[in-house]
Amino acid sequence: MREIERRTTVGRRVFMRGAATAVPAAALASAGMGITAEAAWAQAAKALQPGSMATLVRMSRDTYPHDHIPDVYYVRAVSTFDDKASSDADLKKLLEDGVARLDGDAKTHFKTSYLEVPAEADRISLLTAIAQTPFFSKIRSGLVVSLYNQPDIWKRFGYEGSSYEYGGYLNRGFNDIDWLPAV
Amino acid sequence: MANFDLNDDSLVVIVGSGAGGGTLGNELAQKGIKVVILEAGDRNEIQDFVNDEWESFAQLAWKDMRTTSGDWRVAHDFPNLPAWIVKSVGGTTTHWAGASLRFHEHEFKTRSVYGNIQGASLLDWPLTLADMEPWYDRAEKKMGVTGTNGIPRLPGNNNFRVMQAGAQKLGYKEVHTGNMAINSQPRDGRGSCQQIGFCFQGCKSGAKWSTLYTEIPKGEDTGNLEVRPNAMVVKIEHDASGKVTGVLYMDEKGATQRQKARVVAVAGNSLESPRLLLNSASSKFPDGLANSSGQVGRNYMRHTTASVYAVFEKPVHMYRGTTMAGIIRDESRNDPKRGFVGGYEMETISLGIPFLAAFLDPGAWGRSFTSALDDYSNMAGMWIIGEDMPQPGNRVTLDKTVKDKFGLPVASVHFDDHPNDVAMRQHGFQQGAAVYDAVGATRTIQTTPYPSTHNLGTNRMSEKPADGVVNRWGQTHDIRNLFVSDGSQFTTGAGCNPTLTIVALAIRQADYIAGQMGQKAI
Repeated sequence: MREIERRTTVGRRVFMRGAATAVPAAALASAGMGITAEAAWAQAAKALQPGSMATLVRMSRDTYPHDHIPDVYYVRAVSTFDDKASSDADLKKLLEDGVARLDGDAKTHFKTSYLEVPAEADRISLLTAIAQTPFFSKIRSGLVVSLYNQPDIWKRFGYEGSSYEYGGYLNRGFNDIDWLPAV
Repeated sequence: MANFDLNDDSLVVIVGSGAGGGTLGNELAQKGIKVVILEAGDRNEIQDFVNDEWESFAQLAWKDMRTTSGDWRVAHDFPNLPAWIVKSVGGTTTHWAGASLRFHEHEFKTRSVYGNIQGASLLDWPLTLADMEPWYDRAEKKMGVTGTNGIPRLPGNNNFRVMQAGAQKLGYKEVHTGNMAINSQPRDGRGSCQQIGFCFQGCKSGAKWSTLYTEIPKGEDTGNLEVRPNAMVVKIEHDASGKVTGVLYMDEKGATQRQKARVVAVAGNSLESPRLLLNSASSKFPDGLANSSGQVGRNYMRHTTASVYAVFEKPVHMYRGTTMAGIIRDESRNDPKRGFVGGYEMETISLGIPFLAAFLDPGAWGRSFTSALDDYSNMAGMWIIGEDMPQPGNRVTLDKTVKDKFGLPVASVHFDDHPNDVAMRQHGFQQGAAVYDAVGATRTIQTTPYPSTHNLGTNRMSEKPADGVVNRWGQTHDIRNLFVSDGSQFTTGAGCNPTLTIVALAIRQADYIAGQMGQKAI
């Protein structure tokens, strides 16, 4: 079977559509160094507090965890909210209030901010508790598009995207499965 | 290309350019009858199509506001997107997968065969399979359906081969790559399938039949057919005698135009067609046009659908190749011993990562969900499509508060599953999982119905005027020069993809309309 090269080089120029993000490339280069408010991409947020930006990235990873996907894609997905919040005061308030609520819950249960809760299971318990809120719903329903609609994430899942410019799969493995029992 | 005058009252005006409207328009044009097709959407051609799920959705899908209610999960997950259908020239034939199946004989007479099913408004069609066979023949020939007319079937892709192997282990007998209106060899000026894998996003090779690049240009070439895109019909008008006289539509600039007509045929799919009839209410017809029966908008059907996705140890790459060229037909029989009446087909399906994330389990999050996506390349998928029960309360009505940009009430879609639908879906989930388990699936996933691509029954065909909206020709019982030409005329939905039947009915209706016009009956 024709397999797919899943490794991607994430350089300074990563393109994403469906989410025109304004995070400067230089700021994005720090993604992968940890999800913190001090990261350049968090500091570069247009509307959100750097700490809120970092919390939302952590929350996004916890919501749709893919261990083979680097932080940069989550940063880009979350930056779509930051972009919108820069011209939408209601959204900005929803997000900042949501992060404050999440941090409040984290302090109550785990004596620290959401970002600093070390165990994923504990963070999931905090998310589960707010799963029915407009805040969580907004993040989840936005992420399911802004995270997965990044073309350069697709091959990491083994999905090849647009095919017609390569002549489809007629000569590229549409029927190359080789492990089925004989029929 | 024709360019008809707004005051030309000799025209047949068709609302919609999809399987029903596009076919009817060409058939009439070939007979020398002058036709205007008013299409609400833009004209996107093959070169405009994109192999990108969300971008294509933005380009082609009908995204205008609709509202929903009922116990179907779509109303919860996608409250303003009850249907995944198209607003573009060619209508949903740009998006459809190409599956072209004839009804079974019993599916034209479900009330007689299934009996009185509590809560269901079953009715026999005023047509039989024997009546329809010559028209199915013509539709299959027109569309170039594989497995008919000596046209070879498509080669099976990986997704089909997994399903086929499982089906054979289970002992299913009728398993093949389907009867598809997708060229397996060059035909009718169009090339053969390149196994592109984006059938739902508009076929970039033109191998899949769509009225956009078959019926419509052929009709235009006669000089008898004009297609006006960005023309949203908002009202059908009538005279004092009750005969329809033309339509009001909003043009691309948002200006109101009045197109006169000798005959009006409504083919806007099963949500917009009843909406248009209801929005055309007048002092003479206060409940809407053609609605003396009160049946306009009722008996909305959407097929009992579901999907089963399965994960395997090794790769499948289900997205490679023709999306729906693969079928198991053994469950399509009527066998009430299974715990439900009617039957269903199992057909291959695949979504890309963006749409699988959105539709695999809408609203789901966390590792149980994401681990399925992580195994995307090792995944196979099938769609279950079965006959659902018509119910009078499953219904398209005019929303009482929500209006469109022209100030007209939007369609509100209510749907509750019938117990028969639930039992059939459960059986389909079980059999679909068994197919994949038979070839070593490590995980199977039951996926809830997507927003409806098959929308049927809201202007149903009936022998008696009291039981439905149109007669056996799709002519409204109430108004003889008003026709319905889309899937909304289906009396019942059958357990298979509806397009072939819509096309066959449109070819047949064209003969009838031409005859009636020739006799000056309309």
